[in-house]
Amino acid sequence: MTERTRPSLRRTALADLDALRARHPGQFRTDWAGRLRVAAVLAGLFGLAAYGMWALDFSLGRIVHGLGRLGGFALEMLPPSAGGRFGVFLQALGETLGIAFLGTLTAAVFAFPVAFLAARNVVPNPFARFAVRRGLDVVRSVDVLIWALIWINVVGLGPFAGALAIACSDFGAFGKLFSEAIETCDRRPAEGIAAAGGSSLHRIRFGLIPGVLPVLASQVLYFFESNTRSATIIGIVGAGGIGQYLTELIRVLELKQVAFLVLMILVTVAAIDWISGRLRRAVIGGAGR
Amino acid sequence: MRRLTLLPPQRAAALVGQYAAERASARRRLLVTAAVMAVLLGLASYAAEVRPFVLAANIGKFTAYLREIMPVLRPSHLGTDLAEWYWALPRWLSLLGETLLMAYLGTLLGAVGGFVLCFVAAGNLVKSAALRFVAKRFLEVCRTVPEIVFALIFVIAFGLGPMVGVLALAIHTTGALGKLFSEVVENIDMKPVEGLTGTGASWVGTVRFAVLPQVLSNFASYALLRFEINVRGAGVMGFVGAGGIGQELLIAIRNFYYSDVSAILLMIVLTVFAIDFGTERLRHHLIGAEGGR
Repeated sequence: MTERTRPSLRRTALADLDALRARHPGQFRTDWAGRLRVAAVLAGLFGLAAYGMWALDFSLGRIVHGLGRLGGFALEMLPPSAGGRFGVFLQALGETLGIAFLGTLTAAVFAFPVAFLAARNVVPNPFARFAVRRGLDVVRSVDVLIWALIWINVVGLGPFAGALAIACSDFGAFGKLFSEAIETCDRRPAEGIAAAGGSSLHRIRFGLIPGVLPVLASQVLYFFESNTRSATIIGIVGAGGIGQYLTELIRVLELKQVAFLVLMILVTVAAIDWISGRLRRAVIGGAGR
Repeated sequence: MRRLTLLPPQRAAALVGQYAAERASARRRLLVTAAVMAVLLGLASYAAEVRPFVLAANIGKFTAYLREIMPVLRPSHLGTDLAEWYWALPRWLSLLGETLLMAYLGTLLGAVGGFVLCFVAAGNLVKSAALRFVAKRFLEVCRTVPEIVFALIFVIAFGLGPMVGVLALAIHTTGALGKLFSEVVENIDMKPVEGLTGTGASWVGTVRFAVLPQVLSNFASYALLRFEINVRGAGVMGFVGAGGIGQELLIAIRNFYYSDVSAILLMIVLTVFAIDFGTERLRHHLIGAEGGR
């Protein structure tokens, strides 16, 4: 159908162009101010980028040379092989999953009560809320690798430090997300409990928690997914997991094994993605019923 | 007014029985979930070599460490104490500036990459399943491999320096933003697209005039969010020699230069705060502009 009408529509419109211009002047006017604004924004963005490239010593020669070497690496990676250390890698992967699970769960358990202190509909006092929120922000803005370095000083090298590091950095993130979920929760059940003579603890237990629990659970699952990724890298500073082998093997250019490790990580993350996606849908669906 | 009538005893008993059964099944579900969680927890604790006694014995070290990194600030000598705490301020500031530039460039290059690829990966614009599959898998690989792993490999290929950090951030950002962008594109209103296709516009023309006006503010909002994340990421790039303030922090922590640790951490935290605040304002502005239209 379009094949037949398209040319005729176009022909009619082109033949009638002057009349169209006269009838809809607004559509044919060029918006110079808008274009200028867009051009200025783009010029600003790319000007800053150019300055950045200059300041950070970007050089075409280095990029070309490096790309050549990267191509060589890619060829060397090609048949990925475990080099007979599959069992060791598998154990390290298990360690990584353990770190992610434990870190996420610990963070969620500790953040749960704190989140209520940061929610407007639970703690009306703005100063207390402000203090809790800023505290969470400070914890959150320190990267997980930095937390890992700090915990290594306390419990020594190994996966335990990694789990604690993930717990710390997620504690801040969960506190913020949970308190937002609590604030957007439906007010009516809590009001009903208050009207029936419930204390404020009853209000939280029966009015708020049943409503927010599925949302929180889905957020925890989502973070478990992303923490599996984080847990693969904290080995770089010595906090256990598969990252330790990854760093070591990259440093000594055992690229076939590196490729194998990366593939293992990709498969694991995809599997976790799939499982937690199913679980998330089940949890959220349960709330909708 | 209607009088309340009691249910006939049989129906009341049936309802009570049903309620009890519901409660019992809910309780059973809870028990099963708790048992599964306990087993998983045990396995994870074993894998992660949890040593509660070591933690209990050394938790004092954590607070001691926090106390140790606190600077000495006496009210009577505030000026000199501050100067001593931030003894390397000019160098740290320039490194912090380098970190921010890395984050900016990484976000911009990644956003450009994600922008180009998201239209190819969107199911409602590209009919070829093979092309879409390739684009999606490419974005997935970019996204799943953490940026610091890219940095580790790039440091060997390109040599040390902030350029490596930028490239690593850019690749990871391409993956993350490409996915988010393509989800935005898949959720657009298709009527303008059909209209433009009807007038015989090319694919690029359709994307430019039918898709872009709908998605641009969301794209900008996501890119700003990513910038925030990349500032944090750029802060630790120095751990593997890829530029920024991370190297300085790593040296300070490893060599127990206590007051330096707190000084650099405070700078990073404040910068992240400022960036968070600024981008949140900008994003509200962008989303507000979207809602106003």
